[in-house]
Amino acid sequence: MLALPPAPAPAPRRQLFVGTSLAAVAGAMLVGGMLAMWLRFRNEAIAATGHWVPEKITIPEVPSNIMLLGFVGICVFAQWAVYAARRDDKQHVGVALGLTALLGLAYINAQVAVYVQMELPINDATGSAYGVMFYAVTGTMLALIIAGMVFSFVAAFRYLGGRSNDREIVTAHAIYWYFIAVAFSMLWFVVYVTK
Amino acid sequence: MTTIDTASHTAFAGAGATHAPSAVAAWVTTSDHKRLGRMLIVSGLVALLGIAAVGALLGFERIDAAATTLNANSITQLFAINRVGLAFFAVLPIMLGLAVAIVPLQLGARSLAFPRLAAAGFWAWFFGVVLIVISVAANGGPGGGAPTFVALFIAAYAVMLFGLTAIAGSIATTVLTTRAPGMNMRRVPLFSWSALVSALGLLLVLPVAAGTVIYLYVSYRYNKVPFGGNTGVLNYLGFTLTQPTTFLFALPAIGFAAEMIPVTARRRMPMRNVLLAGLALVGVAALGGITQVNQSLPWSGSGFNLDDLGTKIADLVNYLVFMDLPLTGLLVVLLLAPLAFKGTRPKITAPFLFGFFGVLMVFVGMLGALVNGVTDLGLAGTVFEEGVTNYVLYGAVIAGMGAVSYWGPKLWGRRLNDKALIPLALLGTLAVVLSSLPYYIAGFADQPAGAVTFDYAGPQNIWNILVTVGHLAMLLTVLSFSALALKGFRSGPAAGDDPWDAQTLEWATSSPAPANNFAEVHSVASAEPLLDLKDTGRNS
Repeated sequence: MLALPPAPAPAPRRQLFVGTSLAAVAGAMLVGGMLAMWLRFRNEAIAATGHWVPEKITIPEVPSNIMLLGFVGICVFAQWAVYAARRDDKQHVGVALGLTALLGLAYINAQVAVYVQMELPINDATGSAYGVMFYAVTGTMLALIIAGMVFSFVAAFRYLGGRSNDREIVTAHAIYWYFIAVAFSMLWFVVYVTK
Repeated sequence: MTTIDTASHTAFAGAGATHAPSAVAAWVTTSDHKRLGRMLIVSGLVALLGIAAVGALLGFERIDAAATTLNANSITQLFAINRVGLAFFAVLPIMLGLAVAIVPLQLGARSLAFPRLAAAGFWAWFFGVVLIVISVAANGGPGGGAPTFVALFIAAYAVMLFGLTAIAGSIATTVLTTRAPGMNMRRVPLFSWSALVSALGLLLVLPVAAGTVIYLYVSYRYNKVPFGGNTGVLNYLGFTLTQPTTFLFALPAIGFAAEMIPVTARRRMPMRNVLLAGLALVGVAALGGITQVNQSLPWSGSGFNLDDLGTKIADLVNYLVFMDLPLTGLLVVLLLAPLAFKGTRPKITAPFLFGFFGVLMVFVGMLGALVNGVTDLGLAGTVFEEGVTNYVLYGAVIAGMGAVSYWGPKLWGRRLNDKALIPLALLGTLAVVLSSLPYYIAGFADQPAGAVTFDYAGPQNIWNILVTVGHLAMLLTVLSFSALALKGFRSGPAAGDDPWDAQTLEWATSSPAPANNFAEVHSVASAEPLLDLKDTGRNS
C-alpha cells in the first residue's frame, strides 16, 4: 500500500460553526420561501377581492412588536454568552444562555397572545388562504424558536457540564439566534406590518 | 466539538464481544459513512426498479391512445409517483449515497461531518418514502380520493425532504471542514467538488420545497380550497421535479465523469480550475429552482418588435442564466476531455463508459430543456418535458452505476467484471435514449404530458411503444447491474488498494477502506496527491 507522509494533527475547522451556518442558510430559505408564497397569495387576493386580511380580523400590534423587540434582547444575550465564554466566565455564560432561552419562552407566550387576540379561523368558509398561511408561517417560526431554545439548553449543559474549552458551540448558538432574529424581522414586516 | 466520530462497530469491539450487536442492528444503528452511503445507494437502486416498472406501465397505457386499462384516478397517481420517485426515491439518494460514501475518503477525512445527522437523514428519507408509497397504494397520492392518506402523502413528503436536506448539510460541512492538511478548495477532488456544489444547491432548494409542503399540509388538513385540495398537491412542488432543479440532482454524476477523465487519460487534468468552474456553473440550476421565475425564451409570437422591452430582457436573462449556464458548465466538462486525452493512450474502462455515456445523456437532456424553453415551439405541457426529465435523471443513474463500479473496491474490497459491465453500459444508454428520444419527437406532435388518452396526427403508437421498451430496458439494466454487483462484490476477485491507477486520496488506503478510513492524517501538496507519490517513487 502506498503511504503518503503523515501530517501534524489538523487544526480545528469549526465544524459546528460551519454546520450551524449552513443550517441557518437552509432555515432562511425555508422562511424566505414561505414569505414569498405569502406575498404571492396576498397580491392575488388583493387583485381579486380587494383585501387580504379577512374582515373583522385585527392584527394585534402590541404583542407582535414586543416579539420583535425581544429579539434585540436575544441577540444581545447570545453575544454576551460568546463574550463570557472567551473569558472563561462560566457564570456569565450560564446566565446569558438562560436569559436567551427565557426570551424564547417569552416569544412563545406573545405568539399565543396573538393567536388568542386575533381569533382567526383556520377553516375560512370563503376559501381565503389567509388563515391557513398565517398559522403555517407563524407555526414554522414557533418551531424554529423551540429548536433555538433546545440549542440554548444543550449549549448550557455542554459548557457548564465541564466542556468549557468548547466555545464553538456558544458561537454556533449565537449564529442560530441571529438567523432567527433576521427571519422573524422579515416575517414581522411581511405578516404584521404590510398585512 | 469532536470532528471524528468513531465507527460504531469499532466502539462495540472495544466494549467486548458479549455486547456485539447483531449484523442487522449494526447496520440499523450505524453512523459509519461507508455503510450509510451503501444503504442509500442500494435503496435508490431498488426504488429505481419500481420506478422503471411504473414508467413502462404508463408507456404501455399510452400505446393505445383511445383506451385505458387502469382507471383515471390510478393513472394520475402513477404519473405523480413516477415523477416524484425518479427524482427523490432513486436519483437523489444514489447521488447523495455516493457522496456520503466517497467524499470523506477523497478528502482524507476519517469520518463524515455530523454522521448521526446523516444517519437520521437516511432514516427520515427511508420512512418518508415508505409512507409515500403506502399513501399512494391506499389511494392517497395527488388526486387521490382518501383524504387521510393524501394528508399522509404530504406529511411524508416533508419527512423525506427533511432527510435529504440533513444529508446534504452533512456532505457540505464535510467538504468545508474535514479536508486533509494542504487540501485547499482548488485541490478538492472533482467528485467532491461537485458533491459540495450539489449539496449547497440542495440546501437552498429543498427548504423552499419544505415550506411549500408545510402550507400544503395545513391547507389540506384544515381548509382544502386555497391550495387546490388533493389535485393541487404537486402543482406547487413541480419545480423540484423538473428542469433546471434536476440538473442539480445530476451534478454528482457529472462530477464523477469529470473525475474519470484524468484517471482514464492517465495524466494530470489540464485546466483543472476551469473544470471546477464548469461544475460550479451547473450548480446555478439551484437558483432556477428557488426563484421559479419564467425561464422561457421571450419574444414569443411577437417577432422582433421592441414592445415591452424591459420584460423581454428580464425573461431573456432568466433563460440564459437558468437554462444556458448549467449547459455551458457541462459543455466545459465535455470540451476539456479531449484536451486531457491529447497525446495519451487512454485506458478505457467500464466505469468510464458508464460515466461518459451517462453524462452525454444528461447533456442531451439539458439541450432539450433549452429547446423546451423556446415558447414559440409550443412544447410546454407536452411529453417533450417528460423526455427531458428522463434524459437528465436516467442519464445520471447510468453515470451513478459507473461510480458504484469504480468505487466499489473501496466499499466492498472487490472488483466487478469489467467485460460484463461494458455491454451493460451500452444497454443502459440505449434504454435512456429509447425512454426519452421518442418523447422529444412526440412532443413536437403535441402529445400531452401526464395523459394516456390523446389524439394527434402521426404514428402515435410507435413512439409510446419505444418508450415502453426503453423503460423495460432500464429495468433490465438495473436488474443486471444489481445481479453483477451482488455477485462481484460478494465473491469477485479481491481488488488491490489502487486498482485503477488513480490519483486521489481514497486510493491511498486499503480496500475495503477500514473503520476511520486512514491510520494517519495525510498531507497533500497538489490536487493529485497519489500521483505525486507515484512520481516521487519513479524518480527516486
